[in-house]
Amino acid sequence: MTKSNGAETMKYSQRSIRHAQRNDKIATGVLTAIVAAIFVLLISLIVYIIASGANKAFDLQFLTSKPEQFKEGGGIGPELFNSFYLLVLTLLISLPLSLGAAIFLVEYAPDNEVTHAVKTAIEVLASLPSIVVGLFGFLLFVISFGWGFSILSGALALTIFNIPLLVRVIQQALESVPQSQRDAGLALGLSRWETTVHILLPCAMPAIITGVILSAGRVFGEAAALIYTAGQSAPALDFTNFNLSSYACPWNIWRPAETLAVHIWKINSEGVVPDLAAVSNGSAAVLMICVLLFNLLARWFGRHAERKLMSE
Amino acid sequence: MSENALLETHDVRVRYHDTHDALRNINLTFCPGEVTALIGPSGCGKSTFLRCLNLMNREIPHCHIDGEIDYHGQNINTKKQNLYDVRRNIGMVFQSPNPFRKSIYDNIAFAPRQHGIKDRARLDEIVEQSLRRAALWDEVKDVLNKSAYALSGGQRQRLCIARTLAMNPEVVLMDEPCSALDPISTHAIEETIGAIKAEGICVIIVTHNIEQAARISDKTAFFLLGDCIEWNTTEVIFNNPHDQRTKDYLTGRFG
Repeated sequence: MTKSNGAETMKYSQRSIRHAQRNDKIATGVLTAIVAAIFVLLISLIVYIIASGANKAFDLQFLTSKPEQFKEGGGIGPELFNSFYLLVLTLLISLPLSLGAAIFLVEYAPDNEVTHAVKTAIEVLASLPSIVVGLFGFLLFVISFGWGFSILSGALALTIFNIPLLVRVIQQALESVPQSQRDAGLALGLSRWETTVHILLPCAMPAIITGVILSAGRVFGEAAALIYTAGQSAPALDFTNFNLSSYACPWNIWRPAETLAVHIWKINSEGVVPDLAAVSNGSAAVLMICVLLFNLLARWFGRHAERKLMSE
Repeated sequence: MSENALLETHDVRVRYHDTHDALRNINLTFCPGEVTALIGPSGCGKSTFLRCLNLMNREIPHCHIDGEIDYHGQNINTKKQNLYDVRRNIGMVFQSPNPFRKSIYDNIAFAPRQHGIKDRARLDEIVEQSLRRAALWDEVKDVLNKSAYALSGGQRQRLCIARTLAMNPEVVLMDEPCSALDPISTHAIEETIGAIKAEGICVIIVTHNIEQAARISDKTAFFLLGDCIEWNTTEVIFNNPHDQRTKDYLTGRFG
């Protein structure tokens, strides 16, 4: 290469570097602006919801007392309990099923059309509108099985809603475990099951737990799937009552159970209490705070578990 | 063939998707206390062959192994063969160190525990012995409860060797065990190979490093495009190869 040619190349490349640097700055600026806008929007939404309901949401009386039909001053005690009870039941049913399905799909299922069809079906189910799940649950559990508006019907509807999400989360968590971990287990003469349970699941656990908690947040805030399954009434609960067939017994799975999210929908659509707005805002704030806590918990746990796994 | 053959392959052939031949008619014999190096350019089938010997290829969908693999005179390449028995006796060390995400102690004790050894003292003994055999004991004896990921790359690989030795295998398969390591770690692993060979273990190692093959192996097999071109004592292969292609490869004309 001659001298002048070298200088030419240098000049040219400097110009293109300047060009690239300018483009990089523009792109960074635009992307930062987009993120900032989304951030401001979301934060103001959260702050607004919590601020409007704050005086109620941090009032123990509101959180524990029963709702009123016509007077003001009603609380959300039973609704809050119902939301958590339904969530726990839903996770108890959906987690083992999803875990089994995901393990089968990732570790055992042969690579063929049937498996692909099942995976596609799960993806389709994951995007099924929750009102459709709710109406399906209404027809099947409430009417056909004759279980009426009950916690059991609601929990099963939520299970249908939750399983595809959980299967996908666990599937992705297992798939992201390096193949070399599988090889290591199998090469030591361990069975596929031993390898999965003792090596792959611990590796995937942080991602699985994070996913489960996030899905719990979605289940907790779900209303449409419950309106026609768990019902829209919340019988007053008596925590000293352990008669499982009584409507006042909190643990009775045959009683109707309006959750927090359904409560918000109901008082806004047909509520007649004078302090309707305050109750609605308070409930929304409580719901928001719970879901926020779920998310923070998921993040904290994911980070903690990851750190524990990698070093310690 | 050989009198004291431990592992012998007869016309081993590997196909992917029924059509593509990855490996054709491999006939090799491996004896106890002997190191065999499998060399050849990338994609020549040497790793595929190695993964046949402990039937790891069975885990790959659409991969078929034909032919006979005799271990102690018994063909293990059958549908009825218990894979777990084979892999307990024929251990494997992989290219990149893949310790479990567990403590150093559990990395080694895990498999023996799964295979039924529950006695703590016995497990302690296995852990110490295996780590000593892999020349790692002195470096980690005070940090056995630390995560294996706190170790350096070379230490991790020696941990993986120790983990394999904990099963008391008769054969150890190594798939380019030093390719991700620095020269000092490589040297440590070569020492370990020499030591376990002296114990009577049959070592079969795939390597891209021709000098390494010359240093540590007793026999060498040269693979090219799915065929085993030449198999002989390392001395003959390196000093007086019979096939022109072997000579060309070793002198760097290709590969």
